[in-house]
Amino acid sequence: MTQTKNGDRVLRAKPRADAEDSGQLPGWTDGLRQLYDQVVDEELPEGLRDLLAQFDKKS
Amino acid sequence: MSETERTASDKADFKRELAAVVPHLRAFARGLCGRADMADDLVQEALLKAWAAQDRFEPGTSMRAWTFVILRNAYLTDMRRNRFRGEYDETVAERILTQPAGQEEPIHLADLHRALLTLPPERREALLLVGAGGFSYEEAAKICGCAVGTIKSRVGRARAALNLMLADGSVPRRSISDEIAHRAILDELEEVAAGNGVAGRG
Repeated sequence: MTQTKNGDRVLRAKPRADAEDSGQLPGWTDGLRQLYDQVVDEELPEGLRDLLAQFDKKS
Repeated sequence: MSETERTASDKADFKRELAAVVPHLRAFARGLCGRADMADDLVQEALLKAWAAQDRFEPGTSMRAWTFVILRNAYLTDMRRNRFRGEYDETVAERILTQPAGQEEPIHLADLHRALLTLPPERREALLLVGAGGFSYEEAAKICGCAVGTIKSRVGRARAALNLMLADGSVPRRSISDEIAHRAILDELEEVAAGNGVAGRG
């Protein structure tokens, strides 16, 4: 992962060495994981935090 | 399906585990439907269903896999009701690969996301589960209610399609606001829905 001048996050499409299945995985497979992990790392929105708080009150 | 009385400790564990998987549910939902706000609506719907069905959760099993099944079923139901029609995220949908991406060319995450959203739903979810969520083929097959070989095939086809699109910059302009494409997506969903649902509905 590198940064462009305008701050976009980009990936180098270089095949990874630790390939499974057919021998080689393209660079975008890292990107797929990063797309997922970016969301995992986000702070929860207020609506979901409120819902979890409601669950805490019910027991 | 256990109907035994849950202890206070079981219930506390359930709440804790449910809260812990919310970020993963958001990531899976975002990958499925493309829009952050709609994905969070989907997560909220799935959480309410999971909460209502908590007596059906087997302590000690994977909360993430259990809730992914619930979220997936909610997504398929909403798609069949046209809830997501024309609701592509424009900031992603308007992006196309403007130049061929050779092996050393950079691939923007937004372009990857765009390409991902053009995949048929059953291939997209298979790739999300295995390639992004880190599930094994066996776990993904249980979540989708299909055979392991089917998941392997879907992941393989999804990878091949993305390889092709990202290598030559040919991300198709497939939008769910387009009538023909939308019909095709719904047809695919019917097919997916027809063969699943055994792995722990709602």
